Amino acid sequence: MDIALSRLLWEDGWGLSILRGSAVTLAVGVLGMSFGLLLGLLLAAVKWARVPVVSQIVDVYTVIVRSVPGLLVVYLIFFGSVEFIAKVGTFFGYTDAFQSAYSFIVGVLSVGAIAAAYAAEVFRGALNAIHPGQIEAARAVGMQTRKLYTRIIGPQMFRYALPGISNVWQSTIKDTSLVSVTGLAELIRVAYIGAGTTRQPLIFFVIAAVVFFVITLFSQVAFGLVERNLNRGVRVV
Amino acid sequence: MDLDLIQQAIPLLLKGLTTTLAIGLVAIVVGFPLGLGFALARLSSNRTLAGIALLYSMVFRGTPLLVQIFIIYFGLGQVQFLRDQTALWWFFSDGFNCATLAITLNTAAYTSEILRGGLMGISAGEIEAARACGMSDWLCFRRIRFPLAFRLALPAYANEITVIVKESSLASTVTVLEITGLAKRLMSETFAVVEVFTLAGLLYLIVNFALLLVMRSWLEPRLSMHRNVARPSSWLRLRRRRA
Repeated sequence: MDIALSRLLWEDGWGLSILRGSAVTLAVGVLGMSFGLLLGLLLAAVKWARVPVVSQIVDVYTVIVRSVPGLLVVYLIFFGSVEFIAKVGTFFGYTDAFQSAYSFIVGVLSVGAIAAAYAAEVFRGALNAIHPGQIEAARAVGMQTRKLYTRIIGPQMFRYALPGISNVWQSTIKDTSLVSVTGLAELIRVAYIGAGTTRQPLIFFVIAAVVFFVITLFSQVAFGLVERNLNRGVRVV
Repeated sequence: MDLDLIQQAIPLLLKGLTTTLAIGLVAIVVGFPLGLGFALARLSSNRTLAGIALLYSMVFRGTPLLVQIFIIYFGLGQVQFLRDQTALWWFFSDGFNCATLAITLNTAAYTSEILRGGLMGISAGEIEAARACGMSDWLCFRRIRFPLAFRLALPAYANEITVIVKESSLASTVTVLEITGLAKRLMSETFAVVEVFTLAGLLYLIVNFALLLVMRSWLEPRLSMHRNVARPSSWLRLRRRRA
């Protein structure tokens, strides 16, 4: 069993493929999360500011994305635009390179769109958790609006939002598995291909599960450290 | 939008809805007691039991559901023991069974965390009072701990139910024709990508809204009747009071 496994991973080169797939998964996760955080912050600010019409549109967006399956979001974005993009690709004359880059971009966008909806709720909650007295006090000492945001609202908001953001990251990295349906060679897709070629699905999918488990475990520890660092000025009762 | 297409799509997607709801129902009915068991194991003084429950919850919450479905559907088919047992092989050779099993085990892990939070949220005084009345462990659990924990955990559990409905869409990756599976098939037949997926999304939206409405405006007030002096007659009034 051990010999068979090491042969599969090293001599047949599947180990390298899995490593490359893991890198793609991490890249989609990190880029999607970054996109989601930026968009989510913007959406939360709009919600918080209660801009007439725009806030309602943001509400509809977050409700829809959070109550529709992620798989459906990926399908809609991928199949909804693939024809158009294929035309553009053929027009410029590089179809293959275009398509693999394209499924990567779709992956980042759809994972990010889902993360943004959840992050918006987290940031909104964090903004609401800031005591109004803090903002009034800042205004009372004559702080300018920009300083108010960078010194009072920003740091406190991130501290309140961190546990929620940690949850969003955990589900985002797991949501990257959905992108495998577009044919992007991320971890699950590589495992799927490996399982089909070698007829050893159990080993490949268990390896994929282990890689995901290590990623989530590691990020849990990392977020715990950041949280402790951000809370260092807070008295523990 | 094409009216003929909608006429064709709606009955088809509604047929998929029954499969989606079937998966969800099994996952709730089996996953809830399983999750409760794991929550109690986590809180028990037995170290081994608590460790097993912690490991279970970490593994199932730390890996994507898609991998869990693939391991059960594709991976277990490789185990010779399962292929030899006719009954087991019958069970594991069907995509619906495998996906439902994976979703059930997955939701059990999340449910165990939700219920653990509820069980830990009960004030010690309530349990001490029950002990002082001479209640046995089982009676205390049945009359005091479980009802209180369930009420505390209900808002989070209502969320988990909508998550189950959403996650059931992953069953479409192992040949199950529920809403998403049928939508994808219809899409490849008609090429009406946006229309078909929007309709499917709308269906999920309606189901999840209806579920949340039932939980929030019917079950939640019913379980905390002593807190509302005047019973709210409508969802809107309840919301206004909270805000």
